[in-house]
Amino acid sequence: MENPLDKMMPEALKQPSQHTRRKFLFKVALLVNGAVGAVLAVPVLGYVLGPVFRKQNGENFWVPTGNLQQFPPGQTRLAQFRDPNGTPADGQTRNLPCWVRNIDGKRFQVFAINCAHMDCPVHWFPQSKLFLCPCHGGVYYQDGSVAAGPPPRGLYEYRYKIVGDQLMIWAGELPTLSTEARLRRPGNSPCLG
Amino acid sequence: MSGIKHKAYDVYRWFDRRLGLAKPITEAAEHPIPASSASWWYVFGSAATVILVLQVMTGILLALVYTPTARDAWNSLNFLNHGLTLGWFLRAMHGWGSDFMIAIVLIHMSQVFMFGAYKYPRELTWIIGVFLLLMTLGMAFTGQVLRFDQDAYWGLGIGASIMGRVPIIGGWLVHLVLGGPDIGATTVSRFFALHVFVIPGILIGLVGLHVWMVLRLGINEWPMPGRLVRKSTYVREYEAQIHKDGVPFVPDAAWKDATFAAAIMLAIIACALIFGPIGPTGPPDPTIIQTAPKPDVPFLWIFALFALLPPKLETPLILIAPVVAILVMLALPLYAGEGEKHWSRRPVAVLMLMVVAVSIGIFTRLGATAPWSPVMNGWSADPVQPQYLKGRTPLERQGALVFQNMQCRNCHALGGLGGQRGPDLDGVATRMTESQLIRQVLQGSGNMPAYGNSLSPSQTTALVKFLSTMEGYQPQAQNDANRLLAHGVSPPRDKSQDTAK
Repeated sequence: MENPLDKMMPEALKQPSQHTRRKFLFKVALLVNGAVGAVLAVPVLGYVLGPVFRKQNGENFWVPTGNLQQFPPGQTRLAQFRDPNGTPADGQTRNLPCWVRNIDGKRFQVFAINCAHMDCPVHWFPQSKLFLCPCHGGVYYQDGSVAAGPPPRGLYEYRYKIVGDQLMIWAGELPTLSTEARLRRPGNSPCLG
Repeated sequence: MSGIKHKAYDVYRWFDRRLGLAKPITEAAEHPIPASSASWWYVFGSAATVILVLQVMTGILLALVYTPTARDAWNSLNFLNHGLTLGWFLRAMHGWGSDFMIAIVLIHMSQVFMFGAYKYPRELTWIIGVFLLLMTLGMAFTGQVLRFDQDAYWGLGIGASIMGRVPIIGGWLVHLVLGGPDIGATTVSRFFALHVFVIPGILIGLVGLHVWMVLRLGINEWPMPGRLVRKSTYVREYEAQIHKDGVPFVPDAAWKDATFAAAIMLAIIACALIFGPIGPTGPPDPTIIQTAPKPDVPFLWIFALFALLPPKLETPLILIAPVVAILVMLALPLYAGEGEKHWSRRPVAVLMLMVVAVSIGIFTRLGATAPWSPVMNGWSADPVQPQYLKGRTPLERQGALVFQNMQCRNCHALGGLGGQRGPDLDGVATRMTESQLIRQVLQGSGNMPAYGNSLSPSQTTALVKFLSTMEGYQPQAQNDANRLLAHGVSPPRDKSQDTAK
């Protein structure tokens, strides 16, 4: 039975088509265009996916985050560093915060500002020795481990080293559950996924 | 006079002989529709299209001034708001237009669903409509990012962290969304390209297809209980109905569309004038962490879900549920393309729509109040009310100090003031013994952190002594009764207590 919607179809499409030289040439021309498109797609995709396939070692660098005197022993203080991947057009977003915990004058912990749940900025409360997140109520202890709330893991931690009187951290990438591993492994990481 | 009219007609004829548009446009405008469809229920689609035109126009005007870089975007928004004649009004129209657009699109979709208009032969019209909904939400999210303020900055963090939960390719997706390893200039410019070129292009193209199919297949007839859609007979029945009582779309139905569109535009103008432009909030400076980021209204319900889902279910649900929901919407007309259209014969459909609408409403409300979030300044802003200090020993009062200083107030309310994350503590002494309180404070449990490391033994003792005096909110009547008892007079008996016994 004929579908009633077919009556709106152009007559030409209802006839079985005949092979002619011109139809063949038209198809060849289409194929050539397809090939040109495929060739053009390579640089286009390369450009669009550029941010994905960057350098082997990720985008992290050693950056200074402050003078050691800024971080008294036994305390946790807000510090800043410059995004090593930044450009002048980044403006204020190039300055990034982090929490520096001076454990005993020798050992440090440098936490990302981003809650491990949804990357909101966590606040440090020195009296109760807790980090609280304003978004969904994530809570962390002073060592960054989860105290309460929805975070699936403790606070992201930057690797650090002391150069002279400067505290340097290995940073440059927004920490998320997929990208945090790169914060901990400077250099020759075998797994960058 | 008639000479001028004649001349004008000549000019019109000159153009139309070459363009040939008058005939198809007139035919499209006057295409016959069932008389029952010339209804106030059928005005939402055209209203959404009119708002789209408004959004495109105001969007182009804003783009004359807006600067899509992370460094300058916030300043250019403030320049639009304060430095430019009526710049604030255009921003307000664009912002409120966006909220109205989403509302009208959702109402349109609900109406189409309730009237069974997605059934044969309009399945593809619905499927394209689902993509139009996704594009509309995409415009809302990218637009929220372009309003590059504190909320936008941390909203991007939320978006990135969702991407980061995708297994294996999560890290790549984060970089793809942000345009680099971190939120910065390339992030704003790529959201600008999406908001201004890519999504509107797709949106306008799909709207064209959507309207084309409405014209080609005819507007849905008013559903009647018992009149079933069958693929073999529907088109013939529809044509017969149009033949019997068809009316031209213009003007019989179009006057309602035009009137409603005008009313919606007036409502947008009113909101723009009364409430003004939406944001920007504080500058997008990540080092200013005194902020409680929240998404715009259309995404508040998702924000609430992130707080309320059990943490273990979160990642699978975030990643799988949207895909399933979209697939279900796409498959709906293919699965239920025939049969009843009338809502009175489709109780499951009615129930589904109600559950979805009520759920989204409730979660939006919760997202707006966010009771799960600690009140960051609760400990310093909300004092312990005098009634909780009256008649207390020095040790208990010391406990009240510990209570404030240790930020307990950020999560626990006293006398209705403070955070809602944990239970109110007005009556905690009636629920827990002193030793239970000590254990809860030191070890924590459930959603409460352990304070064993931050409280000294003397602080713990004072705090627990204070909490042990919290014997519940005492309404005035009860206080009076207590006073009477203290003076040796028996209080009047409460009738409800008698019946309870």
